[in-house]
Amino acid sequence: MTGALGLAYWAETSIKLGVALIVIPTAALMLGYLFLLKMMAFMQSRLGPQDVGPYGTLQLIADAVKFLQKEDIHPAAADRRVFRAAPVVVLASSFLLFVVLPTGPDAVVENLDTGIFYAMAVSSLSVLGVLMAGWASANKYALLGGLRAAGQLIAYELPLILAVMGVVIQADSLNLQEIVRAQAEGEIFGFGLIGNPFILTQFIGFLIFMISAQAELTQTPFDMPVAETELVGGFHVEYTGFRFLLFFMAEVATAFAFSALATVMFLGGWWIPGFDFDAPVLNVLGPVVMLVKILVVAFIIFWIRFTYPRLREDQLQKFAWKVLIPLSLANIVVTGIFKVVL
Amino acid sequence: MSPPPTASALREQQAYVAAQAADARVNVELDTGDMTLNIGPQHPATHGTLRIACQLDGEQVISAEPLMGYMHRGYEKLCEVRTYPQCTTLINRIDWLGSFANEVPFILAAEQLMGVEAPPRAQWIRTILFELSRIANVSLFLGDMGVQVGALTPVFFAFRDRERVLNQIEEVTGGRFHPNFDRIGGLKDDIPRGWIAETHAVMAKMRGFCDEMEDLLMGNEIFQTRCRSVGVIPGDVALSYGLSGANLRASGVDWDLRRDANPGLAWDQVDWRVWTHPDGDSFARYWVRLQETREATKIVDQLLDGIPSGPIMAKVPRIIKVPAGEAYVSTENPLGEMGYYVVSKGGLGPFRVKIRTPSFSNISVVPWVMRGTYVPDIITILGSLYFILGDIDR
Repeated sequence: MTGALGLAYWAETSIKLGVALIVIPTAALMLGYLFLLKMMAFMQSRLGPQDVGPYGTLQLIADAVKFLQKEDIHPAAADRRVFRAAPVVVLASSFLLFVVLPTGPDAVVENLDTGIFYAMAVSSLSVLGVLMAGWASANKYALLGGLRAAGQLIAYELPLILAVMGVVIQADSLNLQEIVRAQAEGEIFGFGLIGNPFILTQFIGFLIFMISAQAELTQTPFDMPVAETELVGGFHVEYTGFRFLLFFMAEVATAFAFSALATVMFLGGWWIPGFDFDAPVLNVLGPVVMLVKILVVAFIIFWIRFTYPRLREDQLQKFAWKVLIPLSLANIVVTGIFKVVL
Repeated sequence: MSPPPTASALREQQAYVAAQAADARVNVELDTGDMTLNIGPQHPATHGTLRIACQLDGEQVISAEPLMGYMHRGYEKLCEVRTYPQCTTLINRIDWLGSFANEVPFILAAEQLMGVEAPPRAQWIRTILFELSRIANVSLFLGDMGVQVGALTPVFFAFRDRERVLNQIEEVTGGRFHPNFDRIGGLKDDIPRGWIAETHAVMAKMRGFCDEMEDLLMGNEIFQTRCRSVGVIPGDVALSYGLSGANLRASGVDWDLRRDANPGLAWDQVDWRVWTHPDGDSFARYWVRLQETREATKIVDQLLDGIPSGPIMAKVPRIIKVPAGEAYVSTENPLGEMGYYVVSKGGLGPFRVKIRTPSFSNISVVPWVMRGTYVPDIITILGSLYFILGDIDR
């Protein structure tokens, strides 16, 4: 059995595994350094890391080493097995997201036919881990944080999926590669040079997707499960050292993955105007283009995070049910009408 | 040393511990009734070591009780074994963010007992420093309220701009936080050269900071949804709980000791107004404080232009002995009414000092206002009531 690269199955799988093991932590580190350390410091008029490496670039490595050195503490009343499993579940969910992200005509770990469906499904898994962490910590703050995360799930997961529906209808496919292709080969009133990035036709969908992604990532203004000033960290209040690092990595890696999803669905993905859709050179250039677009989207995510205050849980529910869900349903209806008429 | 436990005893003990842990788990997991949540003593929202014992039903508060005393330092007693000039080093640690303002009412009370009055120049500089400490204190609140509702950025801006005010205070007094500058009969020193122009510039910067906070935080829709009609304290309730300062004015009560009971400082020499807000919610408290910071910069600007010439110290004996008597002087401090009831028996130090601090009374309304709110609202209400721990437990 041979894969897309013409290698044996085991060889291709190990290449993919190796790439994944390098790409995901690198992505998390990059976002963490660029946005969480440097950009936040610039926006909040503080200095930011300066000393470790040039411009403080090695600060995150130093932080990771610091976390590795710390003692691994379990609360006395914790449910130890669940407590230990929780960060792994959360991290696994963000790792699984990377499986379907296409970065070139062949540069994709697994080109699933139901790619977007799969991505939505595994991304919700992280809430399970959060709930496990909150429940198993035997801490009231953690419990409140975990339950908030569970309550939030319903509020944002629905608009998230409904926002994606518009794209799926327009692209005629659940496959992420096909969605990129639909944008690459689309035309705007007969003008096909830059394709048809769905952000133009699905702008409302894009907005809803970004708002819901903010909630999925537990970033401000929807960071109630973490809520540092109320719940002092929420579900991960009892975690130390490496286990906390897993939560942290999962948070940043998921931010990266969701920026990538937004790029693929709304910003034209890895395709570069002027190239053939299947041109092999795009396997090299595509990841670069993706990275630039991902950084732009991630910048918006973190920009909002550093600007806005936090909503209350009931206010989020109100916002989701009264604004986001009706809006996304209307978006689907309008998209459907255009699809049938045009 | 006790003998090492035998194997069976060890097993028994381990079984006992395991059973205890299991019980604890079952209790944690199956208790569906009210939950007691201890906020503090170590909690970022309590600015120190305040503890609030809450009964929760889900996330809704059934009752909340503030428990204080974790940082009690016994200042009233300590004042009794010190001379009058020594007391000021202690009492400017009560409200540590607006420290010069703490010294003033105590010194005024001592002056009243001695029948001394500070010369006009000293009174004006006192008023300027008083208002500068108000700005330094309240500007931190303006940023910190953002942290309470989850926006981290404003507080860093607040720290950045407060530093300018602290620099001005430091240039005169030599201390950023604990100036210990006020003396019975006047001030320790005059203001340095060039200070007036610098302070004018800083006041302009602080007005810019207020505009920034209005844009960044107060005008934000999420901030308004979080704060409007949350923690409403009607005027009569506020009065009956002894609230003072901006918390009272935000409930629509037009009451300001600077205007109503000016104890001799220069507030009556300048043109300014008292801001009130009818709503009494968290947003009103933020709004009133923002306006007051602006107003304070205007007061300072006007005072700077009109400082009278003359000495900064009245004629007082080298060793201060206060004649027997009692005096109570209170001023409108950054947090509210701060008063000192000083009893003298003619010695070198006070016989008894009772300190009336604003935060202590302001916090007493917590059980009334917290009922039925949600856990996130506890934090915003606490933040908007704005207390300093040292001001509660003195």
